[in-house]
Amino acid sequence: MSGTQTTYNDKVVRQFAVMTVIWGIVGMLVGVIIAAQLVWPELNIGPWLHFGRLRPLHTNAVIFAFGGCALFATSYWCVQRTSHARLWGGPLVPFTFWGWQIIIVLAAITLPLGITSGKEYAELEWPIDLLITAVWVSYALVFFGTIAVRKVSHIYVANWFFGAFIIAVALLHIVNSMEMPVSLTKSYSMYSGVQDAMIQWWYGHNAVGFFLTAGFLGMMYYFVPKQAGRPVYSYRLSVVHFWALIFTYMWAGPHHLHYTALPDWTQSVGMVFSLILLAPSWGGMINGIMTLSGAWHKLRDDPILKFLITSLSFYGMSTFEGPMMSIKTVNALSHYTDWTVGHVHSGALGWVAMVSIGSIYYLLPRLFGKSEMYSTSLVTAHFWIATIGTVLYIASMWIAGVMQGLMWRAVNTDGTLAYSFVESVKGSYPFWAIRWLGGVLFLTGMLIMAYNMFKTMAGGKTQDMPVVAPAGHHA
Amino acid sequence: MSDFVSDFWNLYVIVIVVGSILACAILLIVQGKATFTPGKTMGHVWDETLEEYNNPMPKWWSWMFVITVVFALVYLALYPGLGNFKGMLGWTSVGQHKVEVDKMDAVVKPMFDKYLAMDLKAVAADKQAMEMGKRLYLTYCMQCHGADARGAKGFPNLTDGDWLYGGEPEQIKETIANGRMGVMPPHEQLGGDTIKDLANYVRSLSGLPHDSARAAKGQETFGSAGCVGCHGMDAKGMHAVGAPNLTDKVWLYGSSEAAITETITKGRQNQMPAWKEFLGDAKVHLLSAYVLSLNQGAK
Repeated sequence: MSGTQTTYNDKVVRQFAVMTVIWGIVGMLVGVIIAAQLVWPELNIGPWLHFGRLRPLHTNAVIFAFGGCALFATSYWCVQRTSHARLWGGPLVPFTFWGWQIIIVLAAITLPLGITSGKEYAELEWPIDLLITAVWVSYALVFFGTIAVRKVSHIYVANWFFGAFIIAVALLHIVNSMEMPVSLTKSYSMYSGVQDAMIQWWYGHNAVGFFLTAGFLGMMYYFVPKQAGRPVYSYRLSVVHFWALIFTYMWAGPHHLHYTALPDWTQSVGMVFSLILLAPSWGGMINGIMTLSGAWHKLRDDPILKFLITSLSFYGMSTFEGPMMSIKTVNALSHYTDWTVGHVHSGALGWVAMVSIGSIYYLLPRLFGKSEMYSTSLVTAHFWIATIGTVLYIASMWIAGVMQGLMWRAVNTDGTLAYSFVESVKGSYPFWAIRWLGGVLFLTGMLIMAYNMFKTMAGGKTQDMPVVAPAGHHA
Repeated sequence: MSDFVSDFWNLYVIVIVVGSILACAILLIVQGKATFTPGKTMGHVWDETLEEYNNPMPKWWSWMFVITVVFALVYLALYPGLGNFKGMLGWTSVGQHKVEVDKMDAVVKPMFDKYLAMDLKAVAADKQAMEMGKRLYLTYCMQCHGADARGAKGFPNLTDGDWLYGGEPEQIKETIANGRMGVMPPHEQLGGDTIKDLANYVRSLSGLPHDSARAAKGQETFGSAGCVGCHGMDAKGMHAVGAPNLTDKVWLYGSSEAAITETITKGRQNQMPAWKEFLGDAKVHLLSAYVLSLNQGAK
């Protein structure tokens, strides 16, 4: 063992980093297809490629395949370097990579076939659920095993967030996926009625809170200070917002069920905790953006920093919008409209995708023995195309969502509805077309990234780097 | 009714909710008391360059945090949230809905009641009533019968003057108010060949192309297999059971030999939901008149 202990395990980081880009293209392509299906319904060809089956494929692919691979790659890179130790766990490490890829492929096969448990963001059927559990427990062992063998006493802040994300996702996945199999491809949830809805949205909102927030904050806490070359703005702020964030998120789920059969008291509790969540969320944004204070000039010509800082701006925007939408009176207008879709994508495209893209651009040259990406100007081009795509997406969904909400509640003097549902569909077409265009731009950016990545990889060296001794040892 | 099976769970919710909100404030206050050295790092270094400043939390941010915590406590004092405690305002979502419905009803009920007193044919001739009827139709009926009321496969066309359950004003109103269950029993036991004969006979009734020899055999089966029980000796149907007229050009499930064969073999089940409970008598009355008006050209 002593021979291998001297280098970091970068092979697995390399694998996950490359697959982040590949799955990003796949997941976003499916997103562009379903966006097109809403504008041109004749594109719904046969049952396998129907919107109803491709939509869960899109969400699973971008969240768990693209986002998941990005989280594996960055957390494995970060935990090794901030623990000053090689990844612990031996064969468990490649198992997490290959296991996760098999899960993604199984999702891509079963979802178009219509094999689903019907729970949003947890559609995969029970055999795949079991495989996810096995991979996730292995991931936890590798991550915390590496923390356990660290050579520095203090655990770096990024690892708190990665650790919370790993533990919470294990809890969420196992509790929400409790189901009774009736065949290899069909199971029924253990819960029923409003309890099932509550468990589902406890899971659903915490999938956002932990998979799509805590994990990516971990990413932010490593790559922003690294790329900016500046210390994290405030240690104390990171302590407070970390504990407040992971504690408060767990309560916020009921805001997905306002004005439903869920008891009023549960809805209220979910709403007030969603509001309290504002400050803990903004703590992360402040700590990231303020880390750049004194080095703002770097933003001008560093496209990676542009990605990272812009992602934090979108994070701040969507975590302001979220608590606002959780207020019952706002929710009465926004719920079930495209406003929700826009809100999700300001987080998904603006925050999650951009912070991942920035981090992967940081990693790729280092993983392939290069000093920088094949083309920095292509990274800059990617940044602008992605930003314009995101803005088009969010703005069109805001307008469509508010319009739908207002049309659905408008009544004539005799109390009848002023608009039939289909009229709100018809009115949404122009905005759905703009949304599709935004998605096409974002996908184009990913294709540019893939080209840049393969050019950077060409002729690159894939040698693992030696473990760096902790700073204290130098002194 | 209480949402809890025992008072324990009521207290459990109250203690945990209030405790958790206060915990957020305590975390902020305790951590805010740490010693800060602005512009200086904490003294730890990871991965050669990663450090952390010992800066205090921004004041405006701390205040924003405090405001949300205070808001949460005030909100839970005013609105339901702490277990069985109803909140000082006595608000409920059911109550809010009732207030809004009552307020609207007070305005619109007289508008609908005015027509309830009128004969359906008179309502159907009233221009303003028919505008209201159309809006009701577009809200409640178009999902199945279509925006143009011409129906679709399995959903009757309301504009063709053909009626499964009768087109008299009171029959239409009965259909909307109490719904209808349409059942064509399956006749698989007759065998494929006999069913093919029957299908040809049914097509012959409407003057569609058919095999005459099979149609002749089918006519015999039509009498002997019990078809006449619902569709009648003349095959013109029976409103009492919703059996369709087989001699006209109106087809709910299609007129091809394949479609008719499927109907005879597997049977059909169909349902018109009952609307009286949901919409009330006055709106059902207006909708009945509207459906009646759709057929004035057809008759």
